Amino acid sequence: MNGYSSDEMMTIAAARALEDRTVCFVGIGLPSTAANLARRMHAPDAVLIYESGCIGSKPTRLPASIGDGVLSDGADAVVSVPEIFAYWLQAGRIDVGFLGAAQLDRFANINTTVIGDYEHPTVRLPGAGGAPEIAANCGEVIITLRHSRRAFVEKLDFVTSVGHGHGAGHREALGLRGRGPSIVITDLGELRPDPVTKELTLVSVHPGVTVDQVREATGWTLKVATDVATSAAPTERELQQLRTLEAA
Amino acid sequence: MSELLALGDAVARHVRDGDIVALEGFTHLIPFAAGHEIIRQERRDLTLVRMTPDVIYDQMIGAGCARKLIFSWGGNPGVGSLHRMRDAMENQWPRPLELEEHSHAGMAARWQAGASGLPFGVLRGYVGTSLVDHTKTISTVTCPFTGEELTAVPALRPDVGIIHAQQADRRGNVMLWGITGVQKECVLASRRAIVTVEEVVESFEPRVNGVVLPAWVVDAVCVVPGGAHPSYASGYTERDNEHYAAWDAVSRDRETFGDWLTALRADVAVGKGGLT
Repeated sequence: MNGYSSDEMMTIAAARALEDRTVCFVGIGLPSTAANLARRMHAPDAVLIYESGCIGSKPTRLPASIGDGVLSDGADAVVSVPEIFAYWLQAGRIDVGFLGAAQLDRFANINTTVIGDYEHPTVRLPGAGGAPEIAANCGEVIITLRHSRRAFVEKLDFVTSVGHGHGAGHREALGLRGRGPSIVITDLGELRPDPVTKELTLVSVHPGVTVDQVREATGWTLKVATDVATSAAPTERELQQLRTLEAA
Repeated sequence: MSELLALGDAVARHVRDGDIVALEGFTHLIPFAAGHEIIRQERRDLTLVRMTPDVIYDQMIGAGCARKLIFSWGGNPGVGSLHRMRDAMENQWPRPLELEEHSHAGMAARWQAGASGLPFGVLRGYVGTSLVDHTKTISTVTCPFTGEELTAVPALRPDVGIIHAQQADRRGNVMLWGITGVQKECVLASRRAIVTVEEVVESFEPRVNGVVLPAWVVDAVCVVPGGAHPSYASGYTERDNEHYAAWDAVSRDRETFGDWLTALRADVAVGKGGLT
């Protein structure tokens, strides 16, 4: 096996998490790269939906923005922004939401709004975009981000999108219709919510990564599965497809 | 009824200090040239409305046009931060910027309500998020039929809505296609509407996802080829991704931004090519 970067491992692991024939609402950036890699590998019939109103996008290269022409050219349908959010997302027609995050907590709640105080921010981030309602209304949510203490925090500065709230039963209490985050994929490994408590639990590490390394990069006392698996290393084909995609 | 005007005249006539102004376009068809004209005419105290404050609002905020921003995602798509917007939010430069922050689904509902002549829009949204604690224009309403509590957001009713479209015809009707975002809603929700277009044609051809806005809902049509640059107009221009990337360095500090602003104000023919 050739060398590969931890970012490549993360993107490939995220791509593997997307099953074929699922209808997926895709955020721009890493989620979009992973979803498009999945479509070129094991999920040719995944339906990619972008919040600019593109349904069934088949981009020939990675989109530079959410409204890139490669998303609308050849799409199954292009609809207005109110329609994509109301008729498609809110009505519960999307299986999977694929999101990134700046900060994440132990219940997979997401902050993409602000670091520090809202009125006097240390770092102002872009804000919500489509994420709050993607996280609320998709059947399930896949989250992907780089693992660090800055990102995996004890307490979010701002809850932009609700994952599992305060834990088991909170989504139901809030009336959120989707099941919430089912997996978090990072450059170090994969976490899944505990089936009972909904607290994120380390279930696998990428090749060469130790459980202690993941603990060290997590800002709370990380829950670890009793039998932590090791992710399969990227195959030649996965790496080649990803590199072709990123070079185009 | 739409009137064919030079862009400078349309802005002078329809955009006033203190107005609520929306320049819409979801990555595609962003009315950059119109925004530049507003900067050049030194409009002040505007409430700027836009789902995705892009480079155009970074420029308008940095130039001091805005006192308030109503938005749902503020970044340089595919590049990173909007540095002028962040400077206003973090350091109140060049002036404080009041925020009214929403999600895309909420803004879309607000636009639909505005276009429909309703006082508010309804959605399943925001529940459990911190946006509810910081944004006064997020509330709830109880469904009179089921008793279910839903989120309510007030209609957007700007004084002026501005969009860029591919074509107008000789009677002043407007047509746009491709990714059409919330532009139809923006025009219908606004008290006055300005549309810049790539060209005027004899008559329209049918297009996939074509949106036609009749002349009688538009106030001014301005022919501005390339008026969306560095955004794009499908069928006419390509998105100038390098320009978006280059804006990062220009906007990063106040001095280089100031040089850009001086150049913009000096160049009345700005809008195509160059870092404008």
